[in-house]
Amino acid sequence: MTLLSLSDVDVHYGDFQAIYGLNLHIEEGETLAVIGANGAGKSTMLKTIAGLLTPTSGTVTFDGADISQMAPHKRVPIGIALTPEGRKIFRSLSVEENLKVGAHAKRPGPWNLTTVYEAFPLVADRKDRLGVNLSGGEQQAAAIARALMSNPRLLLLDEVSLGLAPVVVEQIYAALPAITSQGTTVLVVEQDVNQSMKVADRVQCLLEGRTVLEGAPSSLSRDEIAAAYFGI
Amino acid sequence: MQWLNAVVQGVLLGGLYALLAAGLSLMFGVMRIVNLAHGVLAMLAAYLGFVFVNNMGVPWYLAILIVVPIMALVGYVLQWGLFNRALNKGGLAPLLVAFGLAVVLTQLLQEIFTADNRRIQIGSLATDSIQVTDAIYLGVFPVLTFIVAVVVIAGVQVFLNSTPLGRAMRAASDDPDTVKLMGIDNRQVYALSTALALATVGLAGMFIGMKTQFSPTYGDLVLIFAFEAVIIGGLGSLWGTLAGGIVLGVAQTLGSQVNPSYGLLVGNLVFLAILAFRPQGLFPKAVTT
Amino acid sequence: MSTTMSTEASENQHVKVKRATKSSLGGLGIAIPVLLIMAAGPYIVDRGLQQQLVTLFALIVMATMWNLLAGYGGMVSVGQQAYIGIGAYGLIYLAETIGIDPFLAVPAAIVIAGLLSIPISFLAFRLVGGYFAIGTWVIAEVVKQITMQVDALGAGSGMSLTVLNELSPGRRIAYVYWLSLVGVVLAVLVTYLVMRSRLGLGFTAIRDDSVAASSLGVRVTRSKRIVFVISAMGAALAGSMIALNTLRITPESIYSVNFAAFMIFMVVIGGIGTIEGPIVGAIVFFGLQQWLSDLGTWYLVIIGVLAIVITLFLPRGIWGLISGNGRIRLFPVGYRLVSPLSALSLTGTKELNTTSTEGVSRPD
Repeated sequence: MTLLSLSDVDVHYGDFQAIYGLNLHIEEGETLAVIGANGAGKSTMLKTIAGLLTPTSGTVTFDGADISQMAPHKRVPIGIALTPEGRKIFRSLSVEENLKVGAHAKRPGPWNLTTVYEAFPLVADRKDRLGVNLSGGEQQAAAIARALMSNPRLLLLDEVSLGLAPVVVEQIYAALPAITSQGTTVLVVEQDVNQSMKVADRVQCLLEGRTVLEGAPSSLSRDEIAAAYFGI
Repeated sequence: MQWLNAVVQGVLLGGLYALLAAGLSLMFGVMRIVNLAHGVLAMLAAYLGFVFVNNMGVPWYLAILIVVPIMALVGYVLQWGLFNRALNKGGLAPLLVAFGLAVVLTQLLQEIFTADNRRIQIGSLATDSIQVTDAIYLGVFPVLTFIVAVVVIAGVQVFLNSTPLGRAMRAASDDPDTVKLMGIDNRQVYALSTALALATVGLAGMFIGMKTQFSPTYGDLVLIFAFEAVIIGGLGSLWGTLAGGIVLGVAQTLGSQVNPSYGLLVGNLVFLAILAFRPQGLFPKAVTT
Repeated sequence: MSTTMSTEASENQHVKVKRATKSSLGGLGIAIPVLLIMAAGPYIVDRGLQQQLVTLFALIVMATMWNLLAGYGGMVSVGQQAYIGIGAYGLIYLAETIGIDPFLAVPAAIVIAGLLSIPISFLAFRLVGGYFAIGTWVIAEVVKQITMQVDALGAGSGMSLTVLNELSPGRRIAYVYWLSLVGVVLAVLVTYLVMRSRLGLGFTAIRDDSVAASSLGVRVTRSKRIVFVISAMGAALAGSMIALNTLRITPESIYSVNFAAFMIFMVVIGGIGTIEGPIVGAIVFFGLQQWLSDLGTWYLVIIGVLAIVITLFLPRGIWGLISGNGRIRLFPVGYRLVSPLSALSLTGTKELNTTSTEGVSRPD
């Protein structure tokens, strides 16, 4: 079933329009990768799904209900969790405290401190360290773990690879199967095309706020993707 | 040995100042609001205590149990009704609103209770003391105040460190937007932290009202004492605020020992000296948020 | 003042930078006759009204200068009463004890306040935001407490100004009136010129992003200090005006934190961040004070509530409402680009862009 859909969504920052009539859908259990260059509107789209931004027109539907105007803190209990751009780990809290804050919504599900530490040994090792003392890769792993603590139906990952060394990015993506095997729907937003193609069931490419390409990774050629990505 | 006695009295006074400052520190820590109405809210608590104890004959320890929850409720309503709106406006709005509230509340208290000095009756407890040595007396009430201050600060610290709500407050302080992504309504967190802050203010206000004569404008001094304790101790640390309160208290009592009219001035000068030479305070918090 | 730049489109077209607005020229047309009428005050109105007007002028000076500090400079001070006191005590001490002509003592007292504010600024700038506000208040308290210890300044009982008694009351009040009128015009003019200058433009940048501004060469701390000192001097002017008007000051009255309350309320009600706003606010405040004087101190409650409501619901104040949020500018401080593409339109000038140095961290 369709878990999330965006219909004809426009999003503005003041006078500036970032997204133009965007259409998107994602089925329960699938992994969708949304790719595009800087400024394509990917993060804006994720923030709109998470509720940090409100669409100026169009609707966001989750599990059949219109959530376009719903406040962000109310979207977590219904099963949406965002790992934000820039990680946004709470600096003065320890890793374990970050995870506990993530569990605030107390949704039932497989993810708790024990299972999260199993899936992310890197995070387990650092559990008493303060957020401000983590490296970029450690923060990213911790941020994903934190989002999982709310046992989301839909996990939104915003630019996980940003600012991280390729080796670290690979390690992080290596944990993804553990998440999807639980049935979690994942929406990955990425600039790193290779990584996202490897994990995605479907790919959607944005350019300047509009969809320019869509399909299963196997059906799209490199040239097609490059053309869509760069707007050639 | 009068000097040693002055130091001892100053330390005990510092406990009261720290108790006063805890609420100011908390509101700033969680919401970055400097509540200029902090002092006059303490006076509100003192007047409430006065009404219960002096006018209605309620014993002071029971009056505390009534006043503190009332103040917590006042804090909750103030945050939702006034400060959350001001935070939405951003910029200078929270500061201006707090200031307006301070002036309005001071005038209202003046209209209702007049500018006459009041004091909450606690009978002989006000003057009972224990003689420790020939020159050193420990007043029972100041010692009680100090113990309460330490207990409250420890309690708030434990609350912030170990409870889910405390964690939520610290997270909201670090990053108000991201905390929403955790399913936490930060406006509600703010309201609860202001409720907690004003609960401590309620306690502090009662103790001031029991210790000394007060009037509506005494709130100005209370605000200054609280602020100086916070700055001397260092932003972000409640135990630092205790230390700051003690330094302030000792400075004031030593100043008074030299000349009764010098007390406040010496306290202020010590504050300015810290500001000049160690602006981060004596025990600043390690992580700046 | 205009600069011409050629655009790419056509070599005959120039873009001009204009400073004045239509409404400002209209404003000038009104201001000059008004000032002339006010200058004739002593010949038109009775002594009591002259003294009241001096109070109003002092309020306008206070509001304008507080707005310079807080609305433009972003520094909310609850301690300007320190300089009001320094100005008043400076004037009386110089005139009574030293024997300088009182009307020369006024500028001297203002300079003293300015000089004292420099070391104070080093202390105050250690703090920001709300803590800066309380810090300035503490400093004002310290200034008051020190004053109360100094016998030469009358210690706790204050000082009186008697040297003007050799003049007839009519003359004395008229001279004080004229001095105050000159004072308020100067205060507003200085504030206006400062904000029109590069300093004013720099402050817009500082308010947006002080690190970025600094990297572009805006001297952030120095700019703030300049504004801090000018503001202190303005407050001292107001203090001198009060001393000349009331002839007697005490530490409790002249260092009263109520002045801080007045300043904040006037500027918030009138409109923070514009030149016109504080003037409107001072007039409204003065009016309310007179009108509600029967109610005793209730007026302060009403004004306080009004200030809170305006902060939350009408952040640009009364002047913001009247001026249509900036469309009318009697004291224009911004820069407007005017394009001669207007040749194609009927109205004459077409504004391409507006940069304004007005306004404070926008609470919209």
